[in-house]
Amino acid sequence: MAGYRTPLARVRGLGSAKDGTEHFWKQRVTAVSNLILISFAIFLIVRLAGADYATVKKTLARPQNAIPLLLLILSGVIHMRLGMQNIIEDYVHAEGYKVGALLLNTFFTALVGLVCAYAVLKLSFGA
Amino acid sequence: MFGQVAAPAGIRLKAGLCGSFAGVMTGMAETDKSASRPLSPHLSVYRPLINMVMSILHRMTGAALYLGTLLLAAWLIAAASGEAQFARINGFFAHPFGRLVLFGYTWVLLHHMLGGLRHLVWDTGRGFSIAQVNLLSWLTIIGSILLTLALWLVGLTLRGEL
Repeated sequence: MAGYRTPLARVRGLGSAKDGTEHFWKQRVTAVSNLILISFAIFLIVRLAGADYATVKKTLARPQNAIPLLLLILSGVIHMRLGMQNIIEDYVHAEGYKVGALLLNTFFTALVGLVCAYAVLKLSFGA
Repeated sequence: MFGQVAAPAGIRLKAGLCGSFAGVMTGMAETDKSASRPLSPHLSVYRPLINMVMSILHRMTGAALYLGTLLLAAWLIAAASGEAQFARINGFFAHPFGRLVLFGYTWVLLHHMLGGLRHLVWDTGRGFSIAQVNLLSWLTIIGSILLTLALWLVGLTLRGEL
């Protein structure tokens, strides 16, 4: 099947990184979602300034707060991973170190995201 | 065809060859001078311009937020762990050093946010005249400082500390 495609069709839109504009586009999509979700989170956290534990727990457990927070965690760690990937690719030139740093970047952001999500879910479903 | 073109070109080429050959000879004689030949300009030779400073700050604040997310993670983990842990993390955030970290985090976050907004404007192909670029850059830094101060004013008022 692939044999029938012209050479141009095979490379069109892919570029040297072989994933086209995916990185650029995902960075923009998560930038927009972060704008909305971070604004919400700032509002939530400022409102909770100085609140006691019971209030914080009850507030974070509400679905209308927990769901945006979960979305923010997802959108945030994807944006973090893409941004740090740019920095690594710009400054780490030795292939081995670069691949290692990119792996660590993925592991770190996945771990931070999952830990945060776990905490929010634990608050929601009864800690 | 090739001969016709080569004949007139050859005359000029000869002079050129002599010149470059002489250049190679001088180069070979003075290899010690190669260390002082001009390099392509890099960051340190440019007078800092506002859009350049904002570009550098955007990357630096992005990297800082990458690590700063651990603060949010610590707060969420503490809240999910129990009252004692939550009191401990709030104790850290209430301490002058913790306050300073949080204040810095607020500015870094808002600066990266406004910088990102500026990039989204540029992504639409607008705002590329020098005057607009400078205006957007100044709005980023001034806006981030004002927003940070406003947020802390509200936060501290809510806590009854102002």
